[in-house]
Amino acid sequence: MTNSINEITTDAQLMMLIGTNTTEAHPIIGYKMRQAKRNGAKLIVVDPRRIDLAEEADYWLRINSGTDIPFLNGLMHIIIKEGLYDKNFVETRCENFEALESTVKNYTPDYVSKLTGISEDDLYAVARLYATTDRAMLFYTLGITEHICGTQNVMSCANLAMLTGHLGRPGTGVNPIRGQNNVQGACDMGALPNVYSGYQPVINTDVRKKFEQAWGVSLPDKVGLMIPQMFDAANSGEVKAMYILGENPVLTDPNSNHIRKGLEKLDFLVVHELFLTETAEYADVILPAASFAETNGTFTSTERRVQRVREAIKPVPGRANWQAIMAMSDAMGYPMEYKDPEDVWNEMASLSPSMAGINYERLEEKGMQWPCPSLEHPGTPCLHGTTFSRGKGLFQAIDHIPPHEMPDEEYPFLLNTGRILQHYNVTTPYSMGIQSMWSEENSEVNPDDACKLGVENGDMIKVTSRRGSINARAKVTDRVPPGMIWMSFHYTASPTNAITSDGLDPITKTGEYKVAAVRIEKA
Amino acid sequence: MEMVKLTINGIEIEVPAGTTILKAAEQMGIKIPTLCFLEELSSVGACRMCVVEVKGARALVASCAAAVAPGMDVQTHSPAVMEARKMMLDLLVANHPLDCMTCEKMGDCNLAELCYEYGVKESIFKGDKHHYPIEMSNPFIVRDMNKCILCGRCVRACAEITGQDTIDFIYRGFNSKVAPFYDEELVESNCVYCGQCVSVCPTGALTERQMAGQGRRWEITKVKTTCPFCGTGCNFDLNVKDGKLIGVTSNSSAPVNGRALCIKGRFGWDFVNNENRLTTPLIKKDGKFVETSWEEALDLIAKSLKEIKEKNGPDSFAALSSARCTNEENYLVQKFTRAVMGTNNVDHCART
Repeated sequence: MTNSINEITTDAQLMMLIGTNTTEAHPIIGYKMRQAKRNGAKLIVVDPRRIDLAEEADYWLRINSGTDIPFLNGLMHIIIKEGLYDKNFVETRCENFEALESTVKNYTPDYVSKLTGISEDDLYAVARLYATTDRAMLFYTLGITEHICGTQNVMSCANLAMLTGHLGRPGTGVNPIRGQNNVQGACDMGALPNVYSGYQPVINTDVRKKFEQAWGVSLPDKVGLMIPQMFDAANSGEVKAMYILGENPVLTDPNSNHIRKGLEKLDFLVVHELFLTETAEYADVILPAASFAETNGTFTSTERRVQRVREAIKPVPGRANWQAIMAMSDAMGYPMEYKDPEDVWNEMASLSPSMAGINYERLEEKGMQWPCPSLEHPGTPCLHGTTFSRGKGLFQAIDHIPPHEMPDEEYPFLLNTGRILQHYNVTTPYSMGIQSMWSEENSEVNPDDACKLGVENGDMIKVTSRRGSINARAKVTDRVPPGMIWMSFHYTASPTNAITSDGLDPITKTGEYKVAAVRIEKA
Repeated sequence: MEMVKLTINGIEIEVPAGTTILKAAEQMGIKIPTLCFLEELSSVGACRMCVVEVKGARALVASCAAAVAPGMDVQTHSPAVMEARKMMLDLLVANHPLDCMTCEKMGDCNLAELCYEYGVKESIFKGDKHHYPIEMSNPFIVRDMNKCILCGRCVRACAEITGQDTIDFIYRGFNSKVAPFYDEELVESNCVYCGQCVSVCPTGALTERQMAGQGRRWEITKVKTTCPFCGTGCNFDLNVKDGKLIGVTSNSSAPVNGRALCIKGRFGWDFVNNENRLTTPLIKKDGKFVETSWEEALDLIAKSLKEIKEKNGPDSFAALSSARCTNEENYLVQKFTRAVMGTNNVDHCART
């Protein structure tokens, strides 16, 4: 997030949500949105599903799946045509406006309305409202990123915020709400194939030299593989060994049959896990992992806030994960000598300028938001105050990119996926209380479709895509529009990702979890 | 800022206009008892525990809801005030089960604390008592409406923090009660089990089911930490007794979420105690996992990885780190991959 969560209730006059079911996926942020709305802020919800916040919204735009770019271009078309954009911001803080202008010129309300399913009246109203409200926060989640055009979707959001000057001040910003507790931190720490901690590129010679010196080894100079490439390489035999910590790609990654085949082909697999997961079944060695309650350390939240995690009970398997990784390194002949996680943090911070000013002592009470380059720096609740990271904000001229796979005669339904409130990915099924009440998949099917299919609420259905078939219970509800089926991915018995699309965003390699073509039958 | 001068217990104080008498007294270190008042919620002045005497006022004033006025002369603990508070407690206790010895809330009950302070042992009033069945139909929240004092904190928490509006007052007079629509149980309602109601309840009316019978409040050690589920970054207290995790409770000092939590954060922690947790390293032999020691497992890992690296080069190895794990663990995984294995093949589920 460019901005901070608490600005929702303290600063924002308008919230526009695109592809985020916030009250379920990020409940506390969703609750704050509801508070803000009830205290007078405007709420615009753009989502094909009638999510809870749609009920509270001033405008709920039931967008056709995979048409975010035309929608955003359509808003910008109106904003530019009516002269409602922030000319000062565009001139002083941005560049390449002309290219944007000439592209969005083609996205007339009439054309956009046909593509997106949103009425022209609503397009005008929302464009005017967003552009003319001083402090407007734009939020998105995986409804924007989990498309083959995820990168372009994100850029389009940035285009809209820059065009209207909704950046760099409290109560504004482009605010992706990140999924997992520490997905921000895992990126910040350099658990990525192209960067070390603090987003320092592995291909930069000076950076690499710094890490080589600190770690006393020579380091590889070419970018590594992203997850989908790893499994491709496992399938083709180029990757022969893997270590997997705390992830269950068999359930969570798209097109899971491909993942299973890749894991099968490996010569050696180490899985470091809390439970004997579907992925761990493929392991040669399983290391038992310690949970968050059994370790000291830090998590970094979606607003870049680094906060302490504290050991409350002793590690169930006898070793915290940091100790196990150290021991693995020792056994490989590269001794790591950290006395505690704080020691690890301090080494990381000493090598990462954006986090150099953060230490455990400063985190004690309220955590700290990076960038925080020095011990005197107070941290950064709001990014891009006077300048962007690259200097000027670069408008991107972007055209519509349709989904990889759309419903057709053979597979007439659109499968959309996501999380439900009660579960978190594949960990909460191990919570007895939660599992006792929400123990199986409830796929959302529109009443019109249910009627045509002869499916009643609670019936078992078989959902088939080009990649496979799964069975699940049907929940008949108008939360989904006709033609759409929506499923979560929390349950082993209905492993939705066995049938999700194999389309990927070519830049980020993110799967298109939000659009796949399927067929539905009564099971 | 407009300032207002007033006198509390004979001492003059100046506070910003709009400050409540309760807050003004608090600034002077004077503690006025409250039951229905809670900092994060709107003030309704329902319980009358916080009444004070204001010279010239027609009746005692609820200090949590009344703003200061210039020249106000306030007495916070005068005989009239003390008598009124004691009477209020007496009336509350008249219809409150005195089964404190087995009550989950013992040691953390605002009502019991005030009765202790004001010397209310049992009520002088003899009348009807409620005999509501205790609601145990969901795995998270126990609702014992016999212990409810109708302070309305739960109603306001549900409406003002979560915005779910699941519960409200129904019926009238002695039969007044807090309930979901149609006096159904929570399982029949739109409840999202965030447990905000439990976290604000001043008595044993609402308690965490998972913590029932697990330990007395004073035996529990609270460890503040960060939630392991979504990316919001909520803080809460892990409740530990004798080295065992027994629950999660709100920590209102949390910078992002304050007291608020969701079903996963408050009630989903028990995966930690799941009996299927892996406790020892396992090695696959003839297609089956067998238990082994850490030393043996680590030796096998080192031997195998070294062999594969020597034979096929560093890029034949890849590591998947985890967005669920700590920063420090992630840093070590990428360091292991780069410095020890010699490849940049490290990623995590950010893109999946």
